[in-house]
Amino acid sequence: MQKNNVKIHGVENENKGGPMSANVLLVDDEQAFVDTMTKRLSKRGLEVRTANSGAEALTALEGWKYVDVVVLDVKMPGMDGIDVLKQVKAGWPLVEVVMLTGHATVESAIEGMKLGAFDYLLKPCEIDDLMAKIRDAHEKKSLHEDKILQSRAESIVSRRGD
Amino acid sequence: MDSHYYHSLYRSMIGTVVFVSLLPLLVITLLAGYQFATAYKGKVLDHLREIVQKHEQVINNYLDEKVAEVRVLTDTLEAPRFMEENRLRQLHEALVRRHGGDFVDLGLVSTQGRLVAYSGPFRLGKADYSSSGWFREVMERKVYISDVFLGLRGVPHFIIAVRFASEGKDWILRTTLDFVSFNQLVEDIRLGKTGQAFIVNQKGDFQTTPKSDLKTELPIVRDILEDAAPANALSSTPRVRTTITERPSTGRDTIFVTSPLKNGEWTLIYQQDAADAFSELYTIRWVGLLVLSLGAIGITIMAFILSRRMVTRIRQADMSKEMMNEQVIEAGKLASVGELAAGIAHEINNPVAIMMEEAGWIQDLMGEGLEVDDNMDEARRALLQIKTQGARCRDITHKLLSFARKIDPTVKCVNMNELVEEIASLSEQRAKYANVHIGVVLGENIPDIPASPSEMQQVVLNLVNNSIDAMAGKGGDLTMSTRNANGVVELVISDTGMGIPRANLNRIFDPFFTTKPVGKGTGLGLSIVYGIINKMGGDIKVTSSIDLGTSFTIKLPVPDKAAGATDHAEE
Repeated sequence: MQKNNVKIHGVENENKGGPMSANVLLVDDEQAFVDTMTKRLSKRGLEVRTANSGAEALTALEGWKYVDVVVLDVKMPGMDGIDVLKQVKAGWPLVEVVMLTGHATVESAIEGMKLGAFDYLLKPCEIDDLMAKIRDAHEKKSLHEDKILQSRAESIVSRRGD
Repeated sequence: MDSHYYHSLYRSMIGTVVFVSLLPLLVITLLAGYQFATAYKGKVLDHLREIVQKHEQVINNYLDEKVAEVRVLTDTLEAPRFMEENRLRQLHEALVRRHGGDFVDLGLVSTQGRLVAYSGPFRLGKADYSSSGWFREVMERKVYISDVFLGLRGVPHFIIAVRFASEGKDWILRTTLDFVSFNQLVEDIRLGKTGQAFIVNQKGDFQTTPKSDLKTELPIVRDILEDAAPANALSSTPRVRTTITERPSTGRDTIFVTSPLKNGEWTLIYQQDAADAFSELYTIRWVGLLVLSLGAIGITIMAFILSRRMVTRIRQADMSKEMMNEQVIEAGKLASVGELAAGIAHEINNPVAIMMEEAGWIQDLMGEGLEVDDNMDEARRALLQIKTQGARCRDITHKLLSFARKIDPTVKCVNMNELVEEIASLSEQRAKYANVHIGVVLGENIPDIPASPSEMQQVVLNLVNNSIDAMAGKGGDLTMSTRNANGVVELVISDTGMGIPRANLNRIFDPFFTTKPVGKGTGLGLSIVYGIINKMGGDIKVTSSIDLGTSFTIKLPVPDKAAGATDHAEE
């Protein structure tokens, strides 16, 4: 196990410099913000889909199974970021969530961390910071997935051994 | 008005203290004094009665004894024996020897009233008593004790005469008794300074010599005797009687204790000034009065001093409370301004974020080269977006500035409709994120109200903030409506939030009362609202039901002057 871990890390680190093909769901109620952010993230090689509200985000997750990272604005009318986070973590435990927050809602962002968000960023944020966070989140998700695959494989092997 | 309040407080405190302290003291003193006086007087009178009774017995005994002496003689000796000159003298001398000088003389009288034999200091010869009162009495009664009289010799004395039969004839043995020693018996009854005793007969003549001249008392004494007469007839009534009446010679209340002597022929009278007899009682009464009045003076002085001190303290406490209130309002202002600032900051944050993204996008495009594809158009669009978002920021800051400009505690004319709309637009963003829809219903003909714009802002903003908080999570409707109700401007702010539990309903205006978690609310908002409305002479009411919502109703009076002024301004 330990060995495998290290190996996977090494593989990921090699990939760091190159283009990353993470699938990102961007959730924010400001249409203009979502549009521009989508363009910028797409330009950086990410597959981006958008949602303008928490409800839309959950629908999008239903329809698009390959979401790796959700970038989520905390303060939204209707279902707010924290509620969305809870539902995402309940329905798609492997999907990582990066939260965007204004200063006034840092506390709710921290609460989000407790509820299982990957990290948070203060809005407005530098695109590079956001990219780095998305990359880390994606890495973590891949790691989790690998682990699951491996343990599945092991269980199959051990069953055969019976 | 304030000083009037403190003055009346001062007076009512003094009144209460004096009343509460003095009343029991007075009641106790009077009751105890009365009880004591009654008991003490009763005791003194009992004592006097006892003394009189004792003396009455002594006097009766004295008289009985004298009669007995004489009767011993008449029983043992025959009449002829008395007529022997020496025999009578021997008897008389024996009596004098054995009984002191009581028996002044001894004489034998025939039934014709003629003195047959005599032994004594007077040379009476053959005195004829046939016309004397005592002679007639003794002929009737056999034994007679006379009243005190001056007699043939002009010396006060009284006579004991005993009629007896000897050798077929009746004789009378008569003895004169010394008045002085008899008088002594009565004079011994002396109590206090004014106490004295005397004996009167039925006619009211003195049988003893009183210490002082009592001629003026005679009518009273007669009255007493008359009163006593029927009582004597009834055996059940006590023989010793007590009367307290005003003595004409001194004008003072005097105690008379009477007791019949000699089967009611005489009366023993003891008299004493009431003041003298009860002198100790009166002394105690004076001491009691002195203590009472000193106590009353002390209590009154203390009541004055303490009340003054208390009122001063209360006034100071009120003043410091007022100062505290002002500070609390100041602190609350900061708190609500802070809340507002947070809301505004967030509102500005969104356009700023968009602007920064657009700027970053232009950088991205420029890195790629503007000539590539439609990058130029894209950059233009981005710049336009930046402009749009900049305008959004400007609107927010303008709104904030116009709000901030009104932070001024001086009283001006405030139009409630304008104020409500302003607050509604300021709170819109915050409401949006809380899923709250703000509805505004403005009434017509709302007169301007003389008020501090900043304070009114604070009132409405605090209530709106509370309402939005009450609907947090679920969302709901916030309705602000204004109405002109007969010269009173009415503002109703109602929400469809969680409602206020009945138990909290009358505490919500208390300072520092909050149901929010520690660090979230100061508990000052509503107390400040209350303070401001109260100061303006307005009224704030709240109705609430759980899960249905809460409604605050503010009523603000419109002074006629202000209404007139606005009318004038409109012209």
